[in-house]
Amino acid sequence: MNLVVEALVNPESVKNLSDTQWDLLIRQARSSELLAHLYHRFMAEGIFSSIPEKPKNHLKSDEVLATKQHEAARWEILQIYQALESIGTPLLLLKGAAYLHADLPPAPGRFFSDIDILVPKTVINDAEEKLHQWGWLTTHNDDYDQRYYRKWMHEIPPLQHVGRHSTIDVHHNILPLTARLHPDPEKMIQASVQIDESFELYTLCPADMILHSATHLFHDGELEHGLRDLVDLDRLLRHFGNDASFWETLINRANEIDLSRPLFYALRYTSKILNTPIPLKALNSKQLDKPAYPVQFFMDHLFLRALAPAHKSSNDWFTGIARWFLYIRSHYLRMPLHLLIPHLFYKAYLRPYKEWRENRGADSGKKTGGHKESESEIDIFE
Amino acid sequence: MTDTISALPFDHFSGFLKGEGIRIETGPFITRLQTKLTDVIENLALLYSDYPISTEAGFSDFHLDIHKPNSIRRWIHPQVNFTFDGITPFKPLPRPQAYAIFEWGLNWCISNYAHQYLIIHSAVLEKNGAAIVLPGIPGAGKSTLCAGLALSGWRLFSDEMALIEPSSGQLVSSPRPISLKNESINIIKNFSSSAVFGITINDTTKGSIAHLKPQIESIQRCKEKTTPRIIAFPKYRTGARTSLTPLTKSRAFMTLCENSFNYSIQGKLGFETIKSLISSCDCFEFEYSSLDEAIKTFDTLIEQME
Repeated sequence: MNLVVEALVNPESVKNLSDTQWDLLIRQARSSELLAHLYHRFMAEGIFSSIPEKPKNHLKSDEVLATKQHEAARWEILQIYQALESIGTPLLLLKGAAYLHADLPPAPGRFFSDIDILVPKTVINDAEEKLHQWGWLTTHNDDYDQRYYRKWMHEIPPLQHVGRHSTIDVHHNILPLTARLHPDPEKMIQASVQIDESFELYTLCPADMILHSATHLFHDGELEHGLRDLVDLDRLLRHFGNDASFWETLINRANEIDLSRPLFYALRYTSKILNTPIPLKALNSKQLDKPAYPVQFFMDHLFLRALAPAHKSSNDWFTGIARWFLYIRSHYLRMPLHLLIPHLFYKAYLRPYKEWRENRGADSGKKTGGHKESESEIDIFE
Repeated sequence: MTDTISALPFDHFSGFLKGEGIRIETGPFITRLQTKLTDVIENLALLYSDYPISTEAGFSDFHLDIHKPNSIRRWIHPQVNFTFDGITPFKPLPRPQAYAIFEWGLNWCISNYAHQYLIIHSAVLEKNGAAIVLPGIPGAGKSTLCAGLALSGWRLFSDEMALIEPSSGQLVSSPRPISLKNESINIIKNFSSSAVFGITINDTTKGSIAHLKPQIESIQRCKEKTTPRIIAFPKYRTGARTSLTPLTKSRAFMTLCENSFNYSIQGKLGFETIKSLISSCDCFEFEYSSLDEAIKTFDTLIEQME
């Protein structure tokens, strides 16, 4: 039972939910990071006040957290802006930070763990140095990771602020250099739009913003917040799609920057799952890079599961396999096999071995190793 | 939720906990708990016997599971894990601390998922319709004082968290077993013969702890909110004379902010809420060593209030 999708598609439907269904909806929404988003949807639809007290409290509580995070992020964005001002290239915000600063429909109630920015590759070293001076330091201290990021990835290793622990992902492209698709970041930077009256803050133009979001979800394999990311796409498509000429622009742009396949998936699954109103002409456009039918059939089975809430109530026997397949696919799309296999081998065997050698004797018996456990100690505040 | 645990045969209670779980109501929160661990089940049956429960499905605020991790550690140095609707937020603890991880875990849930309230690390009790808020750093003797008052006719709201409704400025009651540490356990056992304690759990990071069962009246009247009237920052000091010293409102304000779990998250509303709390309360610093005298002080203070 996928109550969170039902609530997203038809917010009015929650008026008839039983207590037990509300219980499940809140849990599914929490595991999808969509509680605060739903708060804003219910508010906009004028139905928040008719929701029973208990679920209402959870929506409210999450909204308080989202608002706090947005306030903090707004401030961090200006800090980053100040740090990079002297480089003289425009600062481009991506994803969550961009939606927030440009006040776009996905923003209300959306959580984001780090601030993503895009800068031309030519100034990436300067940018890193400036950010370093302002207190953002690299997070991956392993030589292999540093080399891996800098040689093959579309971003440098994430930077974290020493005092406030805010994280920035500094990108120079939207896909790894080794990926199957080759969008040209130069073109995207050139088409970017200013989103602040007083500061030189930019973001991708509407079509590129949608293509980036689609690429991130359907090509780069970060399905951890799959449904939330699909909701972003739904909100953006509804917003920009109001202008009837937008669809043609979008499809042409996708072909121009080699992102037609991810756009196809975005249009297919937002309309299938979230009822996003996409004109049939766009959905059936010959310009879209559709996969062959058997592939499409198979991908439907994978994505329709992987994009459900990450909650045990939405899982069936195939969900785990579907997520695993998509994980493998994302790696395959990221890198050619002759690079991927050594990389996975390093991550799976060599690094644990190195860590084991380094830790040997240091704190013997403290770590159970390999097994993934929560890292935080329980908070006992009495 | 009309049943209480005491109305349910122990076998049924235990059976539900091991299966679909039991929903326990503690004031504004309903917790659905599943566990197969007998020490947890027995301690719950004792400490939570007067709480409303349900074995039916319905809305629960927190879905908790206390269980042994599925690893080889099951047999060597056994451990216990806490999960919140499938998420494991902390590292496991040694197996004997299973009951403690339930109480700590539930506190964690409230302080992380109940931002509809401003939450202050504090004990709260009520008498004659007026509440005292006793915020305190660990070791200040807050829980001992709270237990003493709760056993002397005061209605327990909470021994850990003051829940303040920002819209009304009222305190919301969520009474739970009072957690006492080390010497405090014996002090309270000697203080009142009617004190009912759960098992003592040794060697936690806080030393030995045991939980005191709340008085039934606190549980039955937990839906009644109340107005805060006194804020006292308690401090236990061996040999100290009982002293209640007025505290400036500005100082009290700052200390409350420091003791709040979500003041910074609440933003402007948090500021307004603490401001209205401070303006409706008399603020004190309170030093004590004799529990009897401490209780007498607060009894007198509350009787003098209008």
